[in-house]
Amino acid sequence: MANFRTCPDTGFKIDLQADKLIKWNAVTAVVFLLVGGLFGLLVALTRWPAVHLLDADLFYLALTAHGLDVLLVWIIFFEMALLYFTSAILLNSRLAMPKVGWLGYVLMLVGALITNVAVLQGNSTVMFTSYVPLQAEPHFYLGIILFAVGALLGCAVFFGTLYIAKKERTYEGSIPLVTFGAMTAAIIAVFTIATGAVILIPTMLWSMDIGLIDRVDGLVYRIVWWGMGHSSQQINVAAQIACWYAIAAILFGAKPLSEKVSRTAFLMYILFLQLASAHHLLVDPGLSSEYKIFNTSYALYLAVLGSMIHGLTVPGAIEAAQRKKGFNNGLFEWLAKAPWGNPVFSGMALSVVLFGFLGGITGVIMGTEQLNIIMHNTMYVPGHFHGTVVVGTTLAFMAISYWIVPTLWQKEMVMPGLAKWQPYLFGLGMGAAAIFMMGAGTLGVPRRHWDIAFADSAIGHVFPEAANLMMGLAGVSAVVGSLGALIFILNMVGTILWGKAKVPAPASAEPTPAETPSAATSYGGAGTMAVPGTFVLAMVFLTTFVLYYFVNWKYLAGVWGLS
Amino acid sequence: MSIFPAKGVWWNEPVEKSEVLWVSIAFLWAMIMFFMMPYWHFAGEQNLSNEAYKISPDAFVEKTENFAAKYTVREDAATGIPVVAPPAGSDVYIFGRTFEWWPMLELEQDKSYRFHISSADYMHGFSLLPENINLQIIPDYEMVLTITPTSSGEFSIVCNEFCGIGHHNMVGKIFVK
Ligand code: HEM
Ligand SMILES: [Cu+2]
Ligand SMILES: [Cu+2]
Repeated sequence: MANFRTCPDTGFKIDLQADKLIKWNAVTAVVFLLVGGLFGLLVALTRWPAVHLLDADLFYLALTAHGLDVLLVWIIFFEMALLYFTSAILLNSRLAMPKVGWLGYVLMLVGALITNVAVLQGNSTVMFTSYVPLQAEPHFYLGIILFAVGALLGCAVFFGTLYIAKKERTYEGSIPLVTFGAMTAAIIAVFTIATGAVILIPTMLWSMDIGLIDRVDGLVYRIVWWGMGHSSQQINVAAQIACWYAIAAILFGAKPLSEKVSRTAFLMYILFLQLASAHHLLVDPGLSSEYKIFNTSYALYLAVLGSMIHGLTVPGAIEAAQRKKGFNNGLFEWLAKAPWGNPVFSGMALSVVLFGFLGGITGVIMGTEQLNIIMHNTMYVPGHFHGTVVVGTTLAFMAISYWIVPTLWQKEMVMPGLAKWQPYLFGLGMGAAAIFMMGAGTLGVPRRHWDIAFADSAIGHVFPEAANLMMGLAGVSAVVGSLGALIFILNMVGTILWGKAKVPAPASAEPTPAETPSAATSYGGAGTMAVPGTFVLAMVFLTTFVLYYFVNWKYLAGVWGLS
Repeated sequence: MSIFPAKGVWWNEPVEKSEVLWVSIAFLWAMIMFFMMPYWHFAGEQNLSNEAYKISPDAFVEKTENFAAKYTVREDAATGIPVVAPPAGSDVYIFGRTFEWWPMLELEQDKSYRFHISSADYMHGFSLLPENINLQIIPDYEMVLTITPTSSGEFSIVCNEFCGIGHHNMVGKIFVK
């Protein structure tokens, strides 16, 4: 029989097994963020031309470890915590198959450790993409496969819990929007992991050299690998947006403008985004333009449409809630009066803005068949995805941690003063780093490259001074961002280990969700509430998007003729 | 609220005006972006032909060596790599190999060349600088495209796909007169 406790802050019924699993997954995630972030800092300090910290072999090793530990391990462990939270806790249900959840956790941890060991041993410096025919040691692939199987078990627990909650009627109506978003992520995850198995298992057999598979085709590898690599980013987007909605609800009691529209926007991810992997292959040989255009437009743009919808409805929901509370002056009083000193809010707000402007716009532009020619594999690419997965996803996860950790552990944060500044340090630092990386990319600076001064090379290329400047500024900004990441990690670990127990607050000033009047919780066409401020912001976004899009066509028109 | 179950007939509630408007505008923008790609195939000067063939690395290296034997004009002093000056309009062969681009090329401005590019070993990134034209080069695949240099001077091909620990030393040259 499952045992429960009642959350003193929110009134949610918490299954103790779910509680434990969430905590262990979240803590493990944060530890890997520390490890992966340190590798990232080393990489950034090496690419800063004036510092050029690591030797070449260590640089490539650190870059391989960085990609794996942050993109895979940190993000996916945290997502497991989110899956258990949005199913068992939000639905007031017992967790399905907790033992399977633990098995999944152990597999993920063991897998992550094995792959890290493989990388640190030095014979698996192949980057996290591990493009064939570069070959890593078999246990490099094995670790990733175990990790993926573990994540798959986590998804099974999530679906099982949804089923139990429905069967045992732990809730009435339809699952919450946030859970719906998490479900989107979990469905895409199943597809992602299956695709990963299709490519990584043969590749592992090939690297074992036992005569089963003696060759893996490079183009096939890239097509299938990105079927996984791209979809996994959709998991992140869905999970991050679920966090945005959750925070809007927790802090403001915000209701989605329209359940229907927001849920449809999530569905679009399932229907389209995971197909859109061709934007990684736009300058590969052997794929037709028809396929590339179909794949990047039909598949990609309809999913982009989904993101643009969330980009309006998340701030829109907050605006509607704030206006209802009386912050009704002018276009932006609702925004000015938002709790900018609360890291839960500021982290989320920065995540929405930076994800849209830095990650979203640039991703769509890079995913345009011809525009990709002037960006592929330059620093523009890491610039873009530090705009998505760092200042978007990672920052959103940090923001929700500021709420989840004190609430689940029932502890006071140890560094509340620094926490106020942390989202700005991390978001703006890494955001600036992303911008400077992109700037370097437009000057042709290659990604995954140890030395753009070509000191050891018989012949070299002289980059314009501006390129070195951009790489230097990216380095400085990355240091600021890393400091932000470190403060977050110290704060979380410190709170969990040494935080003072929370005294149950007598009627706190900020309304917690459970205290929100039930009339406001059942959604009732808040839609009729106009959100002019948000609409203006959305138009600013669109204008930037359109202008920057056509600027890039102009750049393209200036280069050598290709046909 | 988004963290609580949605009750009632939420799927039937009216959608607010600005939301409808935004979805429509965003959809329109997506259509414009879709249209730009086929449009550029007709109106633009920068499109990949997507012509490609499967070929073994050895066979491709041999073709390239035959090509170089025909048109070599000198050797690069620093590396000993031949500099090849093919006639305008002809086929040009070049491959990446850890850690060099072979051979070097000498081309004429505003003339077109049919490039054949491949790899002798691993994946490489063909990044033509300072133009910033970037192509993914995959072993076993011969990529074919027509390139027309519209400016003159010395150009570099920097490898921008990780291909091994010496990857950052991999630079090739194209001279345009
Ligand atoms: C903690 C601060 C971080 C710093 C200073 C940092 C810095 C960098 C730098 C400088 C690069 C190298 C670009 C290159 O040479 O090609 C890089 C690559 C990368 N970063 Fe980060 N990063 C950070 C956090 C993150 C996070 C949180 C994520 C994901 C959630 C992430 C994902 C990646 C990925 C996937 C790569 C590409 C690796 C590859 O090319 O194989 N980074 N990062
Ligand atoms: Cu992608
Ligand atoms: Cu290379």
